[in-house]
Amino acid sequence: MTTVAKFEINYLQYMDETGTFVSKELPPEFAQDIDTLKGLYRDMCLIRVLDQKAYALQRTGKMGTYPAATGQEAIGVGFGSAMNKEDVLVPYYRGQASMIQHGVRMEEVLLYWGGDERGCDYQDAKEDFPIAVPIATQLLHAAGVAKAMQMRGEKRCVFTEIGEGGTSEGDFYEALNVAGIWNLGVVFVINNNQWAISVPSEIQTNCETYAQKAIAAGIECIQVDGNDIVAVKAAAEKAAEKARNGGGPTVIECISLRLCDHTTADDATRYRPDGELDEGWTKEPILRLRRYLESKKAWSEEDETKMTEELTQEVQTAVDNYLNTPVDEPQAMFDSLYAELPERTLAQRELAIARGAK
Amino acid sequence: MAAITLIEAVNLAMAHEMAVDDSVVLLGEDVGANGGVFRATDGLQAKFGKERVIDTPLAESMIAGVSIGMAAQGMKPVAEIQFMGFIFPAVDQIICHAARMRHRTRGRINLPMVIRAPFGGGIHAPEHHSESTEAIFAHIPGLKVVIPSNPSRAYGLMLAAMRDPDPVIFLEPKRVYRIEKHEIEDNGEEYPLGVCFVDREGTDITLISWGAMLHETKQAAEQLAKEGISAEVIDVATVNPLDIDTILESVEKTGRACIVQEAPKAGALGSEIAAEIAEKGVMNLLAPIGRVSGYDTVMPYYRLEKQYMPKVEHIVEEAKRIVEYR
Repeated sequence: MTTVAKFEINYLQYMDETGTFVSKELPPEFAQDIDTLKGLYRDMCLIRVLDQKAYALQRTGKMGTYPAATGQEAIGVGFGSAMNKEDVLVPYYRGQASMIQHGVRMEEVLLYWGGDERGCDYQDAKEDFPIAVPIATQLLHAAGVAKAMQMRGEKRCVFTEIGEGGTSEGDFYEALNVAGIWNLGVVFVINNNQWAISVPSEIQTNCETYAQKAIAAGIECIQVDGNDIVAVKAAAEKAAEKARNGGGPTVIECISLRLCDHTTADDATRYRPDGELDEGWTKEPILRLRRYLESKKAWSEEDETKMTEELTQEVQTAVDNYLNTPVDEPQAMFDSLYAELPERTLAQRELAIARGAK
Repeated sequence: MAAITLIEAVNLAMAHEMAVDDSVVLLGEDVGANGGVFRATDGLQAKFGKERVIDTPLAESMIAGVSIGMAAQGMKPVAEIQFMGFIFPAVDQIICHAARMRHRTRGRINLPMVIRAPFGGGIHAPEHHSESTEAIFAHIPGLKVVIPSNPSRAYGLMLAAMRDPDPVIFLEPKRVYRIEKHEIEDNGEEYPLGVCFVDREGTDITLISWGAMLHETKQAAEQLAKEGISAEVIDVATVNPLDIDTILESVEKTGRACIVQEAPKAGALGSEIAAEIAEKGVMNLLAPIGRVSGYDTVMPYYRLEKQYMPKVEHIVEEAKRIVEYR
């Protein structure tokens, strides 16, 4: 017997939970710029404030089911900040961090989870996809977008995100397979927050890593510390650069921990082991970057207070915009169904109007 | 101008549109060098290259999902699902995304894409190759579902499907792929979607059908004529959205309706047509509506296939029963 192929999975971490650069490699250029790191810190904090606010809205009956991303802010902010404006984002349902990073407005995210499809009509991120609710389906859309870019010879790339549970779906494997064969410029980000609602990884897969699922598709992959925004962004920038220049796809598994319930409709105390959260909060991404900034004397308690006030105000403005958006007219159920509504459905549209908003 | 078959007409329409519109791209299993298992894409890869006639990996959900991504970027993918029995892995993508993308983005993202699939029985195919499941897609808002019954209509409707700004499921009745030839001028003229065609005018009864079964229906009309019964024949052609007005007008004239479908009877397109006639045209009826259909059972493997299929005599018999109803 001879060995015909050999594989290994590399793990990337620059900054540990104490906020110390521990990697033997030199930190990437962006991480040597303190203002860039402060910006990333602020962006992560914004998502946390938004999620907290959305939760409060849901608990007071002003918002539908909402999936917070608490503890996973470094993933979406990290790869979102590696994207160029002309790149395309194909998000999953817990994708608010990358979406907002790439230009989707906070009030659009709120409006969507507030039960209104108009939240998918992005005013700025014109080419970005709406959230895909059916699991893993979005990865194929990302492959199709990248195929179109490739056929037109464009130096753009596509980012798409999926939870680790979603990697059990057929569409996940189909997307990786075709992206590999066609050398598509897609960056697949696996947000491994260790829970698929109540199902942990030992029930989800027999793989040692989720990253290694890329190997069967002939795709380059890496596992990164998803609580280390420097590692996430560095891996994403490298993958994006490769994707834009015809180098093909990459799978990036970001290991984090869901520090919140699956959604507002979930109660994780039913299944989460004791102690997990306490430990998780010592490793979370925002705290560690703050520790680093503080160690560099670049961040103070006053800075924190001032920023939190600003972010709270920013989120409140988005919340006000959302809450002040009137419910759509009943005919909105019909008006974007087709380019031109069929004659037969026209009568139902009239009926809906006649029945009114009640 | 050459006389060509239905499948050659599909090929001709795709070749026509690819020549005039660079954004039209074909993809599917075996569509390249092989030209498709039924030869729908025969010669097109040689003509337009591997970049525009793309052999995909064997994964139907992927074919539909990738088409959605391409269409969102302004391409016009025309995807082939090799047999309709294999479309089910793609149904999640078709129903949950293709059908509702325009709606849920309030028109921001549109999907000008076509998914073609041969369907229906009668060619002694393996299991899962002969079902008529058009009603599944006819039920879904946001989709258009088109079924050509002859070569001219295949050419014109295929052109319209490729030019439509919304996703179109184009179901090809493979039993009649090569049953007849039409003289077709490759002039790029499309036929309208969402419109029924009156294939034969009559005064005593309206026979309503689509796809392959239209051939039996027309033969039945011939036979009925010999027996002094004047049957009007309607080719539904677009099963979603349904042009019910043409059907109602005809029934108003004839006072009688019989729906002919290869699909099982229950919960089918024929049920919807019958319900519409009952709702809006019942006062014009001189007799109860009739339906000739497949049975409400699993499509049999080919030894019993013949026994499953509705036949000319069944249509004639049912039409006479309706006409003679007192």
